[in-house]
Amino acid sequence: MLRSRVIPCLDVDHGRVVKGVNFVDLVDEGDPVELAARYAAEGADEIVYLDITASSDDRNIFLDVVNRTASEVFVPLTVGGGVRSADDMRAVLRAGADKVSVNTAAVERPDLITECAEQFGRQCVVLAVDAKRNSGSWEVYTHGGRTATGLDAIDWIREGVDRGAGEILLTSMDSDGTKNGFDTDLLRAVTDAISVPVIASGGAGTVDHCVAAVIEGGADAVLAASIFHRKEIEIDAVKAGLEAAGVAVRRV
Amino acid sequence: MTRIAVIDHGAGNLVSIAQGLERAGATITIAETPGDLAGADGVVLPGVGSTGAAMRRLEQTDFVSPLQQLDLPLLGICVGLQLFFESSDEDGASCLGLMKGRVEKLSAAPKLPHIGWNDLTIGRPDSLFVGIGRDAPFYFVHSFAVAPTDEAVVVATTAYGRPFVAAVRDGRRVGVQFHPERSGPDGLRVLANFVAECGEAADAA
Repeated sequence: MLRSRVIPCLDVDHGRVVKGVNFVDLVDEGDPVELAARYAAEGADEIVYLDITASSDDRNIFLDVVNRTASEVFVPLTVGGGVRSADDMRAVLRAGADKVSVNTAAVERPDLITECAEQFGRQCVVLAVDAKRNSGSWEVYTHGGRTATGLDAIDWIREGVDRGAGEILLTSMDSDGTKNGFDTDLLRAVTDAISVPVIASGGAGTVDHCVAAVIEGGADAVLAASIFHRKEIEIDAVKAGLEAAGVAVRRV
Repeated sequence: MTRIAVIDHGAGNLVSIAQGLERAGATITIAETPGDLAGADGVVLPGVGSTGAAMRRLEQTDFVSPLQQLDLPLLGICVGLQLFFESSDEDGASCLGLMKGRVEKLSAAPKLPHIGWNDLTIGRPDSLFVGIGRDAPFYFVHSFAVAPTDEAVVVATTAYGRPFVAAVRDGRRVGVQFHPERSGPDGLRVLANFVAECGEAADAA
């Protein structure tokens, strides 16, 4: 049986893992390769790296981090941030990523999804969507949550899947950083609308939140950052909770 | 020292495959042309993307005939396995024809692509799976799977909506639909088993 996945997310800046609230007050949380290796040993089903470096000068530092991770960590690696073309995507895949997520650049130029899916296959293309509640629906935001687009999240996700996105990384901006739980209404609306896997992101604070994302929201995977970095919750504790709720997981 | 050539057909992550094989003691050559296969004890054919695109790249780099005539242990991974067969329903591509059968879209799947860790039902013992526990999950990411004409080549299956073929073997040609290079310690064991097979084949030659 296919297992539900638990995925730690590492924001990488200048070759280091950082975490802030709304991209400010960044705190150094360590070396990405070390942290990724620890998570893999603790049962992470996949690792997500987001390159949040503003300057493109540091791209090579980031690609080197991806390369070193792929050399030492033998679980799937999804990489996002700074991918604006199929050539950018190729560089990330060649560095050792298995999947690549696109966000702002795809909203600005939706053909990016189509081009990447044609060249590398839809299983490599993850559409990351930052969505915020707006009177009964959800609006897509870009640029790390700073720019409202006017796009309806469900419509945009449907279009992204039609264009070749093989997976959705769905972040609720209302929940992100709150530790008050995932937006299970948003998750349910998306998982009912499409038939590609959905990764739930934003709001993980307890094991029960993760269980709700899968059972109520229909998520195929749950992603979290700070609760894992700060060892507030162990990856295996999330899996034990999911298993107790009748969800198949991979225990190590 | 066992020497393994990993065929580079232009897309995808070769880093983890090469590192996984090196950990098992192999020396790796990234083969960009058929000439790079010289001296190898075994060959890995990886693959991401569509079978059609992968086949076109193999044609452009003149790998088709060398692969068809290869007499070394050959491991196909994911699309690399799919290329072993005659044709693919994905964009109607013709493939290498090393084994009889087609590549079909996963039918009855709850969601596609099939992404994540899923377990194998190993139907017959194979050296590739020595040391692998019964319920060990492996990492899959694909929407198509192989449908061999000859059921005797099927080594393992996996259930997703319905059972599909997860591993095949015909003599020295062996293929897996999952990604051993992304499947943690069990995946590394599969790669190590392949390295051992290549070493034994070289010693016997």
